[in-house]
Amino acid sequence: MPYTKSEKGLLVASGVLVLAFAFPEAASAMHIMEGYLPLVHCVAWGVVCLPFLVAGTISIRNTLEQNRRLLILLAMSGAFIFVISSLKIPSVTGSCSHMTGTGLAAILFGPAVTSVLGIIVLIFQAILLAHGGLTSLGANTLSMAIVGPVLTWGLYALGRRAGLNWKVNIFIAAALGDLFTYCITSMQLAIAYPSAAGGIMASAVKFLGVFAPTQLPLAVIEGLLTVLIVMGLKGLAEPELQEVGFLKVKVG
Amino acid sequence: MNKGMDKDARTAAVLIAVTLLIALVPLLALKGAQFEGSDGAGSEMVEEVTGGEHEPWFEPVLETLIGGELPSEMETLLFCVQTGIGVGVIAYCFGYLVARKRYSAEGATEAGAQPHERQRPEESLA
Repeated sequence: MPYTKSEKGLLVASGVLVLAFAFPEAASAMHIMEGYLPLVHCVAWGVVCLPFLVAGTISIRNTLEQNRRLLILLAMSGAFIFVISSLKIPSVTGSCSHMTGTGLAAILFGPAVTSVLGIIVLIFQAILLAHGGLTSLGANTLSMAIVGPVLTWGLYALGRRAGLNWKVNIFIAAALGDLFTYCITSMQLAIAYPSAAGGIMASAVKFLGVFAPTQLPLAVIEGLLTVLIVMGLKGLAEPELQEVGFLKVKVG
Repeated sequence: MNKGMDKDARTAAVLIAVTLLIALVPLLALKGAQFEGSDGAGSEMVEEVTGGEHEPWFEPVLETLIGGELPSEMETLLFCVQTGIGVGVIAYCFGYLVARKRYSAEGATEAGAQPHERQRPEESLA
């Protein structure tokens, strides 16, 4: 039996994951490091995250109560964040960094649900990998699991309304969401460490100067991978995608 | 229909090729680069901006527990565990979906329906 297009896509996608394993670069990339934010900031960023986390938890519960079958999309969105945020990719600047992977969840379920999935990954990394941190959990959740996904979700909705090709739309939304995550990280660091001469903005530009060139190619990769997984899902999980409103329900 | 399949497969192949290219080119082009995490660069920038040594006021829990930095081999292991968990879940779900699609399409064909108008499968994950 010849492969269907979705199976073909799946095969290739799994191949990518295998190849992505071929970069065992031992280095930690960038979330805000443990112990680098003043206590007040840690608490403040954490508090800002709370409404999203609460809304997300409720939303997940309701979604699953109404339709248990959506668990499969939810699990895949979470797993996508797990995989993508664990892959450290070398970049043109000679350092390496990783992506966020939150685009898929944001596009399918919206930013509130994404915040819950994202914080799970961040806790895992903070405790086991000394990557990011428990004290900076709030700040990192805000940038990676809330603000980035909000942008992705918003851009995707806009593009959809504008009738943009869905692949192009997802690519742009996911890539810019990834970049924006690191803009927020830079702002958070800048607020904690304003430059003596130029204040917060001057400092933000400096941090952005460190992160942005590394992150730019990675944002492109994140966009491409998000398009790939949605391509795979589109052929296989039609009922679920209709359920979450990604695909329009066909009448008749 | 067949044309559409090929087109999607081609798109997927192109996307993957570009992904690999972006990831591989720096590795090959920047010989001798260490590819260290950019949070090291971030820490240096913190010191540059504040103009002094910065002592983090809280150590990562695991580093406190083992009394030192996590050996890089162990870190690689834990990162792989994270990737593995994710890949496992994704692979399981895709496996489920592929099987569901294949068998429900076969069932529909046997029942005389058009393959692409397959019925919505009733089975749930629960």
